[in-house]
Amino acid sequence: MRPPGWLWVPAAGAVLLVVVPLLGLVAEVEPGRLPELLTTQASIDALLLSLRTASAATVVSLLLGTPLALLLARGRWPGQSLLRALVLVPLVLPPVVGGLALLLTFGRRGLLGQHLEAAGLSISFSTTAVVLAQSFVALPFLVLSLEGAVRGLGRRHEEVAATLGAGPWRRLTRVTLPLVAPGLISGCVLAFARALGEFGATLTFAGSAQGRTRTLPLEIYLQRESDPDAAVALALVLVVLATGIVGTVYARTIRPEPTA
Amino acid sequence: MRSGVTAALVVTALVLTACSSGPDPEQTLRVGAAASLQEPFEEIAENYEAEHRHVGVELQFAGSSDLAAQISNGAEIDVFASADEETMERVSADVAGEPTVFATNTLTIVTEPGNPRGISGLGDLEDDTLDVVTCAPQVPCGRAAEDLARARGVTLTPVSEESRVTDVLAKVTSGEADAGLVYVTDAAGAGQDVATVPIRGADAQPNRYPIAALTSAPSDEAQAFVDAVTDARGQRILDDHGFGLP
Repeated sequence: MRPPGWLWVPAAGAVLLVVVPLLGLVAEVEPGRLPELLTTQASIDALLLSLRTASAATVVSLLLGTPLALLLARGRWPGQSLLRALVLVPLVLPPVVGGLALLLTFGRRGLLGQHLEAAGLSISFSTTAVVLAQSFVALPFLVLSLEGAVRGLGRRHEEVAATLGAGPWRRLTRVTLPLVAPGLISGCVLAFARALGEFGATLTFAGSAQGRTRTLPLEIYLQRESDPDAAVALALVLVVLATGIVGTVYARTIRPEPTA
Repeated sequence: MRSGVTAALVVTALVLTACSSGPDPEQTLRVGAAASLQEPFEEIAENYEAEHRHVGVELQFAGSSDLAAQISNGAEIDVFASADEETMERVSADVAGEPTVFATNTLTIVTEPGNPRGISGLGDLEDDTLDVVTCAPQVPCGRAAEDLARARGVTLTPVSEESRVTDVLAKVTSGEADAGLVYVTDAAGAGQDVATVPIRGADAQPNRYPIAALTSAPSDEAQAFVDAVTDARGQRILDDHGFGLP
């Protein structure tokens, strides 16, 4: 079943729309100046901070998102679809709205923040705030990937394991999780990528201090003001990282669907 | 219920009259101005349109550096008003004639309403227990803050350096920061949401706002807009909004 040939025309338009701006960015890079632009203390601090916080956010998403994805995929309980919809909201929310929501919750005068503050815990302007903002936007990616993987798996393997006398915990750790490992890994990679690109919520909620809260996207935003070449060089780093990440995930998802 | 219907009719009538007021302008004048100029420039543009019926003014407010970057990349802007001379310098190739300084602005400290931490001047901001927010040195308000701190021999260690002066203000009005350095015009705009602590000597180092017609512009109309900003009436409007006059 071949699709109609004329589909190539709009499809080419779609590719151009996505690829040409990236080429425009790459064309602006002066390769000779790259080492100098990328090795300033500010750039290195931003890159290291981004890698650190995005890793932390991925771990948070993994620890909290895995149980949720399993319950959403396997359980049957009241309010399930509503909860799924709610968890996915950060996917479609403008980042600045996410930042505002976090601010009003964890900020010094926020819903929870005022109690934390009273207990001597201040989240504002800290790296914790960055990780919180990144986890907020990254978690849905992990939940979505993993839930899809678990659903796609079907129940047969688990049922067989049950007839062999395996309890729920054993079925989960010995059967289900190993089988959905590819989905879990691509979920983690997507969550990491989303955390790496987080901008609006960090800016609104965590502020911008070198080495503490100024992640790569914030550094790009700031450098654009004074040194557009440095901004472009850093942007290239993010594009390369993103391309690598998407490439990794895509290589996994073109595998044939499980036929269970 | 009836009053609701009446109100709806009145609103509709107002909208319709607003749409049909006067002939359509034949020309559009695009003005790019620093974000801090929004309120006075809206007033000035209104006056300008009343006097130049054939021209419609399209105002665009953004960070000065953003606007400068757009102009360098060929954006169609006819008049540019920047928050400092350094930024205007960056587009000198696109400027027709000489830029004119039309307003000044100075920095001030803003704190939570009532100034609960009792901040009395720039020196008090050295206190480590205070969360102080400034602009980043890469943008005009941050450069001004740095220069001022250096001149006064004060070392600031801000918990955050923002790219926009409005973000500094937001960090203070939301209660996240104890104090911030913003322009007096921003502080005036925030009204009761902040307390203002003047900085001694700040007016000795004001930011100077230049305006210029750009080479792409329909020159007479662009020059007329520059005049509307620099003449007595324009200057009075800027003064009303807290700007200093050159």
